[in-house]
Amino acid sequence: MLPKLELNTIVALASAQGSGAISLIRLSGKDSIEIINKIFKGKDLTKQKPNTIHFGFIKEENEVIDEVLVSIFKAPNSFTKENSVEITCHGSSYIIQKIIELLIKQGARLAAPGEFTKRAFINGRFDLTQAEAIADLIASDTQISHNIAMNNLRGGISKKINEFRNQLINFASLLELELDFSEEDVEFADRNQLINIINELTKEIKTILDGFKLGNAVKKGVPVVIVGKPNVGKSTLLNVLLNEERAIVSDIPGTTRDFIEDQINIEGINFRFVDTAGIRKAKDKIEAIGIDRTFEKMKKASLILYLLDLENGNAQNINLEQITNLNIPYIIIGNKLDKANVDNIKYFNKNKDSLLISAYKNQNIDKLKKLMIKKLGINQNYESHTIISNARHYDIFIKINQSLNEVLSNLKQNITSELIVSDIRIALNYLGEITGEITTDDLLDNIFSKFCIGK
Amino acid sequence: MSNNLFKKYDIIVIGGGHAGCEAAMVAANLNSKVLMITMNMNTIGQMSCNPAMGGVAKGQIVREIDALGGYSGIIADKSTIQFRMLNLSKGAAMWSPRTQNDRMRFAEEWRLQLETNGNIDFWQETVKQFIIERNNVIGVKTGLGIEIYADAVILAAGTFMNGTIHIGEKSFSGGRMGDRASMGITEQLSSLGFVAGKMKTGTPPRIDGRTLNYKLMEEQKGDKVAEQFSFLENVKTDLKQKSCFITYTNKSVHQELLKGIDKSPMFCGRIKGFGPRYCPSIEDKITRFADKERHQIFVEPEGEQTVEIYVNGFSSSLPEDVQYKSLIKIPGFENAKMFRSGYAIEYDFFQPTQLKNTLETKILENLYFAGQINGTTGYEEAACQGLMAGINAHLKINKKAPFILKRSEAYIGVLIDDLINKGTDEPYRMFTSRAEFRILLRQDNADIRLTEKGYNLGLASKNRLDNVRIKIEETNKIISILKKKKFSSEINSILKEKQTSIIKEKQSAYKLLKRPELKIEDILNCDLDLKTSFKEYNQDSLTQAYIQIKYENYIEKEKELAQKTIKFEELSIPSNFVYTKVKGLSTEGREKLNDIKPPTIGSASRISGISASDISILLLYLGR
Repeated sequence: MLPKLELNTIVALASAQGSGAISLIRLSGKDSIEIINKIFKGKDLTKQKPNTIHFGFIKEENEVIDEVLVSIFKAPNSFTKENSVEITCHGSSYIIQKIIELLIKQGARLAAPGEFTKRAFINGRFDLTQAEAIADLIASDTQISHNIAMNNLRGGISKKINEFRNQLINFASLLELELDFSEEDVEFADRNQLINIINELTKEIKTILDGFKLGNAVKKGVPVVIVGKPNVGKSTLLNVLLNEERAIVSDIPGTTRDFIEDQINIEGINFRFVDTAGIRKAKDKIEAIGIDRTFEKMKKASLILYLLDLENGNAQNINLEQITNLNIPYIIIGNKLDKANVDNIKYFNKNKDSLLISAYKNQNIDKLKKLMIKKLGINQNYESHTIISNARHYDIFIKINQSLNEVLSNLKQNITSELIVSDIRIALNYLGEITGEITTDDLLDNIFSKFCIGK
Repeated sequence: MSNNLFKKYDIIVIGGGHAGCEAAMVAANLNSKVLMITMNMNTIGQMSCNPAMGGVAKGQIVREIDALGGYSGIIADKSTIQFRMLNLSKGAAMWSPRTQNDRMRFAEEWRLQLETNGNIDFWQETVKQFIIERNNVIGVKTGLGIEIYADAVILAAGTFMNGTIHIGEKSFSGGRMGDRASMGITEQLSSLGFVAGKMKTGTPPRIDGRTLNYKLMEEQKGDKVAEQFSFLENVKTDLKQKSCFITYTNKSVHQELLKGIDKSPMFCGRIKGFGPRYCPSIEDKITRFADKERHQIFVEPEGEQTVEIYVNGFSSSLPEDVQYKSLIKIPGFENAKMFRSGYAIEYDFFQPTQLKNTLETKILENLYFAGQINGTTGYEEAACQGLMAGINAHLKINKKAPFILKRSEAYIGVLIDDLINKGTDEPYRMFTSRAEFRILLRQDNADIRLTEKGYNLGLASKNRLDNVRIKIEETNKIISILKKKKFSSEINSILKEKQTSIIKEKQSAYKLLKRPELKIEDILNCDLDLKTSFKEYNQDSLTQAYIQIKYENYIEKEKELAQKTIKFEELSIPSNFVYTKVKGLSTEGREKLNDIKPPTIGSASRISGISASDISILLLYLGR
């Protein structure tokens, strides 16, 4: 039987949706070149060499749809390792739609999301974690998320997992030795030492789990919320952070731009401001909504900017407990430094999580940006760490962590080894779900290489 | 040459060892007409190596064979001279029965057992080749040139195919010390495309027990209350129970061994086959683990009456005089006399990836392989293959569905699945660590797991089935009583004594039993009425209830995991699937898959060298 996997030719828009000057449509599959040739007016594309670009027109019957450039790639020298064609056309959504429609009429099929990467995976271009990394790479729009994706593409995650796997296999071997070879003259594992090994492992896994928050933040942007009483300067701060020059602040509500979400990029990290419309829109409304709504907003954030009024407010009265209880990084910002009341400044000087600024005068804004990065606990050496940004990996690490905690509690209770190994095997199985596989042979090989076994 | 000597048989079994005996017995019990061909009628059921059955993981296999209606357990029970339940300090899944056996009695019991079955005929001769018709094996041709026909043939030749014995620099043909080797089969099968290889195993010298000084050794007695392998009641032995003894090698023993090491056939490369890493020769131990100052030696009696002693742990193929000179440096062995020297044996095996999960070969129909020729080692491993080959050969010729055990159902399932999917480079021995569902595969529940299957096949008796049903029923009753029974402060003194936290509120006996510190006796001693009322149940059911309560969480976890894997086990890959056309597979993965042609995604995933990536690609191709 021939493998029946349907690998017919697929087509999709490769550049971003929406209008730009030019757009790229991609075809992949055995018949890519024949298909484009049927609607292309110019050279006979089936007779062209691979890796060449050709000028011509896309036609529907005799009507010219667009003037295009067509690039030809031949298997296996393409991203998908199949015959591929890239059509560079003008960025009109009508043209794009029309061309894709024509290609489908000629026998191509609209690609499912991620299908080009899937093709590349099926055709042996990379392994599973690398395929996932590609997806992340495509989605990455900052320096750091790009670096994480590249690191994983080069096998970063697989490497870390292999390290864990080896440690767990070593650990399990020590216990298996007691089980399968109890009649032999071998020294058994020291329980305290085993506890230490697992402690070390769980510490590392915790770092990875914590890193996910960063990884995810890096990938999706760090959600930030600005809170504070009315008229404290939230909108001014937001605008000054977003773009000092461009900011238009007026006293009339509704004159600020009506964004769904605002983003800024500080040192390669995207910060997303949550519910900025709320800040920009009707100021007195916020007053009416009250404290509950504000807390809901804060819970969703990864960073809270808590704004205080140095001029009119009274710093002694602020109640920080509500914020600290959330266990989310926060910065206390005293605004209106240019008009500040001296007592308030004194108070701020005592509080190390705080910063004095003047949003209006653009004073200390750079310091604030640096502090925002620092508060996230983002290690500047992110390249040397394994950072997971994939939710599937995160879920698996959570489960591994649970199994290892079970192991730890069993070790402390002196529970018999086969049950301890049982949880380690579960952890190893989970690791195998990310990459590679575990076979019990690894355990035995390890035992035989290290211990003198056998009558 | 046609013959008047033999009619056509249903099944021919070649070999009368552990695999051959089980195969012949089971096929005959299923009502197939069986011919057992053995090179020597006097060595049927011979224990070629140590006189013992069971042990860790192997004991579980013997219990499984018994639960299905095989005979290894009964034969071992009838010839027991010592019974020990190993690993009692570990959890129940690790408890492993082991017997020391009277070697001569063991073989005699097998022979007599086979003779009770009218469906079995015997013929003493060697088989030279198979008679083949269009990829079907239809019979065998013997050394005398006799052609005997059958619907199926089971090859269980053990170490006999092209066997070569090595002692020091001497080597000669033989299937076991004192027995001829068998020739011709490997050559014929290789010419038909089978892949054959060499394996090696060894055995220690045998000693005159009258010359040993046991006072210098540590005595190891059998269990005070001896259990048995068989789930049938009272298959007890009438033999006197004996002790084993433990002693150790030392530096001067090692020095003597090293003097002769250059004459070892292993070290100078005369032996090419792979030996088992877990059963190394003594010369292997002292060179690979040179920093270890001593190695343990088990002094095991060979029988109730005989003075012959088996020196377990001293397997060697060094020259006999080197063996002797080093042996007498062992404490207690100062005046030892040798009966037989140790030796290594090299033999042909067929890479088991050439088999289907029924143990039928992929190349030739109606030919089954069982035992050591499949690259395994051990009586138990061989016996269970014989049993499965016998069952499946019978089912096939009667056009019935095959009988396959899953990895989550039996060690036997693990063994066959490992062999056919992974193959083996060294003699394969069972370990509990090979079983991913080892908490489920316990010796105490082999009957619960398998007897009904054995009964449905027509193997296990009605009596066995009734016993299992009673056991299950009683176990459930006991568990529900323990769930209802609540204790309050009256149990605290026991809890304190067992160094576990006391209770402040009422707690069920069931919940208390989950504590690692508590045994069922501790609970029963706190309530004598309960204890008395439990007397109506079998001890076996009480133990079963205790185990099921204590390990409930883990049993459930493994059941869940087993359920999860079943999905893959049921996802079959068409046998004509063309792997070479699947570009995304790794080169190694493609080759292995093409060679082995796994029946399901589950078995594909266990082939060594197959990555998760390969499996994902297969899943995509199968439309998942």
